Amino acid sequence: MSKRIGIEVAVAAAEAAALCRFDVAAVYPITPQSHVAEHLSNIVADGRIDAEFITVESEHSAMSAAMGASATGARVVTATSSQGLMYMHEVLPIASAMRLPIVMAIANRAVSGPLNILNDHSDIMPQRDSGWISLFAENGQEVVDMMIQAFKIAEHRDVQLPVNVNIDGFQLTHMVEPLEMPDQKEVDKFLPPYKPYATLHPDKPVSMGTFAMNDVYTEVMKAKDAALVNSKEVILAVWKEWEKRFGRAYEPIEGYRVKGAEILMLTMGSMGETAAVAIDELRKKGIPAGLLKMKLWRPFPFDELKKAVKGAKTLIVTDRAVSFGGPGGPVAGEVRSALYDQPTRPAIINEIIGLGGRDMMVEHFMEIVMKAAKAGRKKRKEAYEFYGVREA
Amino acid sequence: MAAKKWPENWQNVNRGCVVFRPGSAGDYHTGSWRAQQPVWDNVKCIKCGLCYIVCPEGCISEGSDGYYSADLDYCKGCGICTHECWPRAIKMVEEG
Amino acid sequence: MSMPSNFKLVENFDLYAPKLTDREEYFCPGHRACQGCGEALAVRLMCKALGKDTVVTNATGCMEIVGSLYPTTAWKVPWIHVAFPNAAAVASGVEAGLKALRRQGKIADRDVKSVGIGGDGATMDIGIQALSGAMERGHDMLYVCFDNEAYMNTGIQRSSATPFGASTTTAPAGKVSIGNKTWKKNLPEIMVAHNLAYVATASHGYPLDFMNKVKKARSLKGPSYIHCFTVCPTGWRSASEITMKLARLATETGIFPLYEVENGKYRMTVEPRTPLRPVEDYLKLQGRFRHLPPDQIKVIQDRVNMEYRKLLNKVEHSKSWSEM
Repeated sequence: MSKRIGIEVAVAAAEAAALCRFDVAAVYPITPQSHVAEHLSNIVADGRIDAEFITVESEHSAMSAAMGASATGARVVTATSSQGLMYMHEVLPIASAMRLPIVMAIANRAVSGPLNILNDHSDIMPQRDSGWISLFAENGQEVVDMMIQAFKIAEHRDVQLPVNVNIDGFQLTHMVEPLEMPDQKEVDKFLPPYKPYATLHPDKPVSMGTFAMNDVYTEVMKAKDAALVNSKEVILAVWKEWEKRFGRAYEPIEGYRVKGAEILMLTMGSMGETAAVAIDELRKKGIPAGLLKMKLWRPFPFDELKKAVKGAKTLIVTDRAVSFGGPGGPVAGEVRSALYDQPTRPAIINEIIGLGGRDMMVEHFMEIVMKAAKAGRKKRKEAYEFYGVREA
Repeated sequence: MAAKKWPENWQNVNRGCVVFRPGSAGDYHTGSWRAQQPVWDNVKCIKCGLCYIVCPEGCISEGSDGYYSADLDYCKGCGICTHECWPRAIKMVEEG
Repeated sequence: MSMPSNFKLVENFDLYAPKLTDREEYFCPGHRACQGCGEALAVRLMCKALGKDTVVTNATGCMEIVGSLYPTTAWKVPWIHVAFPNAAAVASGVEAGLKALRRQGKIADRDVKSVGIGGDGATMDIGIQALSGAMERGHDMLYVCFDNEAYMNTGIQRSSATPFGASTTTAPAGKVSIGNKTWKKNLPEIMVAHNLAYVATASHGYPLDFMNKVKKARSLKGPSYIHCFTVCPTGWRSASEITMKLARLATETGIFPLYEVENGKYRMTVEPRTPLRPVEDYLKLQGRFRHLPPDQIKVIQDRVNMEYRKLLNKVEHSKSWSEM
């Protein structure tokens, strides 16, 4: 039976990996991810599962060691944040190209400079094109569920790709939340043992990470893209199975009070909870607002997005990172291009919010929506706005 | 696993570019690079096997009679075997 | 009849020792290394010494490129390549993975050695952090650096392994430059400072010595490191047939002495004839040193003499450690 407990979310993420009986963990400490690393090592030190914990000397080596271990057929977990993720960047696309189903918890945090240890999404956004499946959790329960789902998705024979689970640093990682820890037996039934496609063992020698020239590199890239695109079907099936077994439903884009909503706001991560309260308040005031919470960033849920915005007059896309000198926020850039070929589409407003841990309260979200409601379909001068920035 | 048709289409690319045929580099014959080839004089050869050890290609092997020869499919003609053979049993000769 | 100086007529065992090596090729013909490549030879010999129960992790570099052109591979042992700076980290993950799976009974219960390999750039420059970390953590693995003294794969650029006076494409000899102005970094010493089970220098010029060291490192539990000197005819501008000779000369001149350090104790494994041959005998056969005037050759000679004396002192002093 699942157990309802109060637990720090970072600790819960490690516990979820333990429920998946990982064989190897390779993690380097970084704020605010360190509690994941510490707790994973506690689990191994107490012999709760039979695994190896590698105290790597950097995040680059964390991902490298994870890849080496995964290539032997081991189930591997790692975790990082911010600069650590940036430092890993070189090897991330190699992990996906080599089709190694590593699961990584990311405690999302702003990227330097200036140094800032608080939450936003500027660490994960530059990894967008690494070929990883990317999930965004809104609360502690989703973190636990997604960590377990991640192994099943990653290791699925039709997927075989690494998965990252994005957890807002501090705002989520350091919260103590009441949540349901699934029972070990139930997880064992949900998650079969990993059956790798190829492993490094002398009984059947293979070469991995070979060198491919222009005669085949395009085909390799097409295969990788197809793997990502096709993984959505498996993700949806895994979520359906999860709902059946554990009673909690997951969707690529979860709607909240979207019925009759003329103004929609799109969030990713933990801010969905605050925004939902704002939507409730706005509805009380008679403003027809609704919320879209995007849980699946890669593969990008094109069909679900198109469906979700149908009928809306305005779509406010919140971004927690900046594509400097570009389209504003990376999420808005993608949403705009995804909707461009739709015969009717909402006006899109891009608000860049919560950078480097800047608080976003209920009234802030309300202000954003009310401003949009007032403007109607009138085009804004700027394609995007740094919400709340102090001007001279 | 048998050799596949080449070049592959994207549906047939091995996941992660894994190669399941150990030693399959032998499909490619580096012997075409050669300008000179080693020729053994078995009268001088003392069957020590030094030529076999020092070959960067690993293409020199011992025959059933205990004498050595190079697999000309792979020998690049570097001349190390000839230079190292102290009984001077190997000569490099121009490719005919 | 002149004989290579590494062969001693009285030791017929050594003379016929090639017969006793593993006949299987694990780094196979068809690889696309240059003619007379010392590194390809050294890798081939290493594999023979390691045998089939080995997983090789290869840093990006010549050996990775020439041996793994998809859809083929020259490797007969399980082999993985990830990137340039992380071979030691990947190999440490391979070791951990095999260990966990073996303990859980998911794979066969036998020793499979994880071996990381890389060139001097991948090992001594961009990969030194990953190497230091993997070695310090005490993984049961071997790392072998194949040192040909520059970034050969990218076109002979200078690395921290490039010797003083060598002309490279990023440390070229010119009107006001003698080429590379720094002395070769002593990575074996840095590895000794990691308190490894075993550290050795080796050279393909002494194949049996190298293979014995690989076998010893393989048999020891814990991390071990071998620094293998490899001649690069392309980068050194030397004739392909003298690859073995140049490697021997490096040792006979004292430029690259062959020793091993077991539990901190130094031992020479090849004792060159004394007095050592002059460094000029080695330098003059290579285009990369051709520009050096006599006064610079003397600078190199003095440095080599000093370094060699230092090493002999370590050997001498560490003999007494067993009595402590």
